[in-house]
Amino acid sequence: MSANIENFPGTPLSQADFDEGKILTTHWKPKLEYGWDAGVAISRYLAELKNGRLIGIKCNRCRRTVVPPRVVCEWCWEPMEAWVYLEDTGTVNTFSICYIRWDATRAKEPQIPAVIEIDGASRGAGILHLLDEVNADDVTIGMKVQAVWKPAEERSGSITDIKYFRPT
Amino acid sequence: MAMRKVAVVGAGMTKFMRRAQETGRELAFQASRMALDSCEMTLDDIDAVALGTAPDAFDGLHMKGEYLSDGAGAWHKPYMRCYVGGGTGVFAAIQGWYHVASGLFDTCLVVCEEKMSSCQPHPQGAFITIFDHTTERALKPNLVWIFALEMNRYMTVHGIEKKDIARVAVKNKRNALDHPCAQLAADITVEDVLNSEVLAWPVQRLDISPTSDGAVAIVMAAEHVAKRITDKPAWVRGVGWSLDTAYWTSRDLYYPKYVEYAARMAYDMAGITEPRKEIHVVEPYDPFDYKELHHLEGLLLADKGDAARLTAEGVTARDGNMPVCPSGGMLGVGNPIAAAGLMKVSEIFWQLRGEAGKRQVPGQPQTGLAQSWGDLMQVGCVVILGV
Ligand SMILES: [Zn+2]
Repeated sequence: MSANIENFPGTPLSQADFDEGKILTTHWKPKLEYGWDAGVAISRYLAELKNGRLIGIKCNRCRRTVVPPRVVCEWCWEPMEAWVYLEDTGTVNTFSICYIRWDATRAKEPQIPAVIEIDGASRGAGILHLLDEVNADDVTIGMKVQAVWKPAEERSGSITDIKYFRPT
Repeated sequence: MAMRKVAVVGAGMTKFMRRAQETGRELAFQASRMALDSCEMTLDDIDAVALGTAPDAFDGLHMKGEYLSDGAGAWHKPYMRCYVGGGTGVFAAIQGWYHVASGLFDTCLVVCEEKMSSCQPHPQGAFITIFDHTTERALKPNLVWIFALEMNRYMTVHGIEKKDIARVAVKNKRNALDHPCAQLAADITVEDVLNSEVLAWPVQRLDISPTSDGAVAIVMAAEHVAKRITDKPAWVRGVGWSLDTAYWTSRDLYYPKYVEYAARMAYDMAGITEPRKEIHVVEPYDPFDYKELHHLEGLLLADKGDAARLTAEGVTARDGNMPVCPSGGMLGVGNPIAAAGLMKVSEIFWQLRGEAGKRQVPGQPQTGLAQSWGDLMQVGCVVILGV
């Protein structure tokens, strides 16, 4: 089998094959647009972001408070109905210092995405967001951070109503 | 459970390439034909076809399973495509297994294909849709974030340094030098990894597997057929799979519990009580170097936080006590997503039959394990083969 076969199939292409016009390709650029409904739980979450507040939800069975809020506890498969206002502070659970953009091209300035455990939610319950106003080399797991909000008139009911988190 | 014994009896694969001239359908045909030829079977001998391939967005083809069906030999046969993200390759083998174990079919051709190069300018653009559309995508994330976040959490919780993780990339890329289909085989050093371009700290260029085009196929058969076809069937001794929540920011990423659940399911089925003694060769999913360590721990083949030490001490080398990724893994052979997972099953098949050539691990291994992983860091799939 593997050891007995000399020539495996497949024709690797090199950049030169394209540059020299040896390869024919067809290009297509899709134009797709979607309008996503936020849903029951996230609509409330977004409305509260517009108010400058973070809100989570508690499961009455496992007593866990999570954020972003959801209508069903994935652990208990019970409805979640107990809304809980949270602090806009938290703890860095993990982070990265990212030098590339979504299309794998190089970014000019690094971004610092992080999972932030939000104060008032259960331990380990966090959200994805960005850190700023901090030297990338100074960020640590366990660092205390606080949300930096857009001014009220600029908020639109989006996770980006929080511009980023910064060290407290 | 009244399930029939099932064996892998043949395997085939294409080269793994940055960009192939062949279409996905052509790659699927090449691998499928080779798998059947390897066990002297024809398509007439095949009762059903199981296909695995990753998101339609890579190829820009809606219903990619249907598109690939002709290449995979599925014409007028019971056929189904499965998809569980990066877990697809090993899951496709599980799907083939239950097709045959159930008694519904005596033979099943399992085909996995990926052509990531079609997506321009880079398939990362297609990956962005993995993030929650409302609460995450507004932050303009990219795929490497989740790996970097998981890797940093894993390193920090256990106090593991990058140089300890880089050894995995060195080992796997070197192992791949002996794989005739390898895309990124190289003789590199830990220093090379540590000095490579930082993509998203702690992930650097040489920590990461490439995007690839390629296809792999295996033939699975019920006991009475397998024994007619070959005197060296590789029996499926156990399978397992498990899914964690998509609310990935609510879990502790330092440990893949869902991989443990999948492994326990497979060990139970195989009657394996001491996996570290009973598993002789391992192909865990290694799209990033830290993932090999993470998965060895989830598979209960290393204590939590201890897999890096095993690597440093040579335990996981091809001639070590527990060879890990003797193929060269995805870091070295390449990562055409679904095909990469099935490549791992094929490697275990070849290793157990003593047919891995220069990659052969010593000591005539009797039992081996292949594992894949994917979605939003949430799915684990495990197949255990034995001779
Ligand atoms: Zn609950």
